[in-house]
Amino acid sequence: MSKLTLKTEGDTHVIVTRRFNASPEAVYRAHTDPELIQKWLLGPEGWTMPVCINEAKPGGKFRYEWADGKGHGFYLTGEYVALDPYSRIVHVERMHLPDPTPDNHVETRFDPDGAGTLMTIRMTLPDAQTRSAMLATGMEHGMEASYVRLEGMI
Amino acid sequence: MKEQLNLDAAFSALADPTRRAILARLAKGEATVLELAEPFDMTQPAISQHLKVLENAGLVTRRVEGTRRPRRLSKAGIQAMDDWLAMLRKALERNYDRLDQLLAGMEEPKKKRGDKR
Repeated sequence: MSKLTLKTEGDTHVIVTRRFNASPEAVYRAHTDPELIQKWLLGPEGWTMPVCINEAKPGGKFRYEWADGKGHGFYLTGEYVALDPYSRIVHVERMHLPDPTPDNHVETRFDPDGAGTLMTIRMTLPDAQTRSAMLATGMEHGMEASYVRLEGMI
Repeated sequence: MKEQLNLDAAFSALADPTRRAILARLAKGEATVLELAEPFDMTQPAISQHLKVLENAGLVTRRVEGTRRPRRLSKAGIQAMDDWLAMLRKALERNYDRLDQLLAGMEEPKKKRGDKR
């Protein structure tokens, strides 16, 4: 039973939804507090996030660095556009592989859903080509790590 | 590695609305270039060019039937894209399963406080 949905919308959007058995405040904090982010935003087993800088304020920057402990790694940088605690985050991000990918504009909503939270991530890529490339080479949040792992298995 | 290159090509191929329409048409059954060109109001060379991209991406195959060369969807190609998206979902889900655990720990102290009241 997967609670996650991932779908494309129009030519440039990707929509991800996920429900959590926790309040919007808790889910929001898990997305903005570096100490909490480092505990879950890791991708496959064995990967860690040794660097997690997160200035959760409008105009604030963030930088996440992942490593697999075997010399492989990559990082993501971004800037916050707007934050409405505990309901909405708007930010821009890009992966560095090591060349930066085109900017991904991301709106994340945390809506009360019964006793829990429905999180909706709406990504907007500059064009259809960039979205295709993102889906094909692996997405953010540990996607690239998973991809590297998959490559190792094939 | 070859699989990966095909996936890149497959997602790029899908970035074009005409090629998506061609795939939608082929989903209903095989068709020749001539049959494909008609509803799309495009020249045969233009359709052939799009078909070439789709074939190189592994999404469309062709069959020889006398002088006809009907095109059809490649089940393997479509399946490969489907598998890849399923893998992405799984990897995302792994992160969020971890977040579930974390949130369960965060909510606990609150509940305890609530019990005392």
